[in-house]
Amino acid sequence: MTGQRALGFGLLVAALLSPWFFYPVFLMTALCFALFACAFNLLLGYVGLMSFGHAMFFGVAGYCFGHVVKAWGMPPELGLLAGVAGAALLGAVTGALAIRRQGIYFAMITLAFAQMIYFICVQVPWTGGEDGLQGIARKPLLFGLVPTKDDRVLYYVVLAIFLFGYGAIYRFIHSPFGQVLKAIRDNEQRAVSLGYEADRYKLLAFVLSAGLAGLAGATKAMVLQFATLTDVSAGMSGEVVLMALVGGLGTIIGPVVGAFIIVTMQNYLASFGEFVLVIQGSIFVVIVMAFRKGLVGEISDRWKAWRSAG
Amino acid sequence: MLDADTIDLLNRIASQSTLGLINGAFYAILSMGLAVIFGMLNVINFTHGAQYMMGAFAAWLMLTELNIPFWAALVLSPLIVGLFGVVLEKLLLKRIYHLDHLYGFLLTFGLALVIEGLFQWRWGSSGAPYPSPISGGINLGYMYIPTYRGFVVVAALVICLATWYGIERTRLGGYLRAATENPTLVRAFGINVPRLITLTYGLGVALAALAGVLAAPIQQVSAVMGTNLVLTVFAVVVIGGMGSIMGSIVTGFGLGMLEGMTKVVYPPASNTVIFVVMAIVLLVKPAGLFGQTK
Repeated sequence: MTGQRALGFGLLVAALLSPWFFYPVFLMTALCFALFACAFNLLLGYVGLMSFGHAMFFGVAGYCFGHVVKAWGMPPELGLLAGVAGAALLGAVTGALAIRRQGIYFAMITLAFAQMIYFICVQVPWTGGEDGLQGIARKPLLFGLVPTKDDRVLYYVVLAIFLFGYGAIYRFIHSPFGQVLKAIRDNEQRAVSLGYEADRYKLLAFVLSAGLAGLAGATKAMVLQFATLTDVSAGMSGEVVLMALVGGLGTIIGPVVGAFIIVTMQNYLASFGEFVLVIQGSIFVVIVMAFRKGLVGEISDRWKAWRSAG
Repeated sequence: MLDADTIDLLNRIASQSTLGLINGAFYAILSMGLAVIFGMLNVINFTHGAQYMMGAFAAWLMLTELNIPFWAALVLSPLIVGLFGVVLEKLLLKRIYHLDHLYGFLLTFGLALVIEGLFQWRWGSSGAPYPSPISGGINLGYMYIPTYRGFVVVAALVICLATWYGIERTRLGGYLRAATENPTLVRAFGINVPRLITLTYGLGVALAALAGVLAAPIQQVSAVMGTNLVLTVFAVVVIGGMGSIMGSIVTGFGLGMLEGMTKVVYPPASNTVIFVVMAIVLLVKPAGLFGQTK
């Protein structure tokens, strides 16, 4: 336990110092994806529901943020709130329908709904269609107290948002509510026979996950100042699955590690064009065939084996 | 008597539903292939869209590089792509049947990315045209339809019914259905179930490729032609349920027609109507129109 605490403390110090060593916009993007992956993993790792359409929450929240800040001229706090609310609402509607089926059907249904949302985003006027929403001005936060023009200042804001989301997920998982979720994941019939209304728990978890994915999407729109179709596309839904899978499903830190790995990889491979798809696909194949526990899962297994051996 | 406006509207509905049948033909072949594969392998084949694209590409390459005509490609291309499917099954898919269904979904998703990425890298994502093998058109009275498109609808019907017959009415199909039900017992009777599974996957993939060849003269042949299609076909599969072959056929054609009719009534909704139907079906009959709850 003390080891874990020391590790957590070390990571926090690293997070606080890193904008002086790395490009802040890169770090902020990675943090947004990390939160997105954690939100996705809340569903897959702890409820056993694989959503293959999480991009709809991420992307729609970005559009909500952009619209509220750009078209209505509201402060960014309200934009973030609108993003979370929009994503949660969308999560409530699609989730209520999707949880009527299980397993592989659940994945296909969420994927299909995300595709529908994608088509809608292409057509409705307020998303800017193919161009997306460009040039969303960065406005100061907290009534002008926090100037966000400076990337480093904004980085600490984004870090705070990330820690809030991460902390919220940690609380969910370790609460009685989280225990029931795990019980449903491991044996739904048993949980139902014990008197838990599995569907209500699943729906609530789905809405929470959608809302947090929305927080990540809205924050990304705030940082990069645009919202585009890429963020609602099926490719993005696949990417978040990949991040969680690379890091390790069902570990709370895994998706964060996975997100940093994938975002870094994309940064370096941007010049390879279509080959990024090939590499991403190959990673999927390799992980499913050989490393199903992901990086964090494999490392913690080795660590435990080493500890018990020594 | 009907006034001119009503006749015009009916005309437009009839012609758009006829055109919708062409899309429906592809939905039917592809969703049937998915259902056949899922029944036997318990894997949702996300690579289906990529294999459809490979079918079209194989035909296009045969024509441009080797001068092999459409009618030969119609046979050769599904054979080649089906063989490719057999290799995939032997190398990769075979090893994950004992795992949760989700892993099959993820594996085939990864494979789709690899295949589509490679084709985009080699040939770009802008499409290439494929000349129509049948010229001319047919006058249906309410509309004029290119003969080739009529041929696609008829060919798709024949393919679907032949597959249905093969699986529901022949001895090999009987083995297949029995192995879906209880593989251990069928194995005990001395039937090579793993080979049956490999064959099934090959057949499903060949069906996707066949659809791809049929689509080549209608659509542009491009690396991404199957990307969005497979997502719509997933919705078709959820609507129909994967329980019955006939169910997939009826649902596929039906939804294609519905899509066509939506183009008359409210054009912007034409590419989302299938997903809306999916939502309604989930509310009313979650197992799908022809599905049994498993």
